[in-house]
Amino acid sequence: MSGASAIDILIAALLLIGGFFSLVGSIGLAKLSDFLKRLHGPTKATTLGVGGILLASIVHHSLLGDGLGLREILVTLFLFLTAPVSAHVMARAAMASDPAAKPPPVPSKRNED
Amino acid sequence: MIDTGAIGPLVSLALDATMAMLGVALILNLFRLIRGPTVADRILSLDTLYINTVAVLILFGIRMNTVIYFEAALVIAMLGFVGTVALSKYVMRRDIIE
Repeated sequence: MSGASAIDILIAALLLIGGFFSLVGSIGLAKLSDFLKRLHGPTKATTLGVGGILLASIVHHSLLGDGLGLREILVTLFLFLTAPVSAHVMARAAMASDPAAKPPPVPSKRNED
Repeated sequence: MIDTGAIGPLVSLALDATMAMLGVALILNLFRLIRGPTVADRILSLDTLYINTVAVLILFGIRMNTVIYFEAALVIAMLGFVGTVALSKYVMRRDIIE
């Protein structure tokens, strides 16, 4: 191994970005105060983090391994399609189990002034 | 030491750092899973836990320079989504199949 090639730098950067966003999402899950606030961390940041790691894996396996695989693209597509659906379903479950968790309705403009 | 194969030293270092970050992330998810005051918190932390597990499996696939772990990652991703939806449905309606 003589020095770092551009592909190595790209893979390392994608890996670090992905790991960072996964960590940020999990810190948000652990530290935020309310369930509806906590929902933001994992559903957006963690999905982006896994996306970064999957991109690094796609680059690694397609350029250094044995060709572009269908499965890694399938995993990426599946995670990015299902993340908003599961977030929506979980928010509805939280509101059903605890009606007090429901945010107050947005006041209409007519009553505001 | 693990045989790094075609992995350069930079990528190997980045892999180690990312695996450490994901380890911390999994511990934080586990903390919320045990602590979580409501059922919805536990469902959310299980959801995050499986997404992070998919990431760890893919990292391990890069480390071992094999594509065999993608099947496991795909299965975990699909079953995890179904599990999240089933648990949320059960909390919402006390019934999964209507």
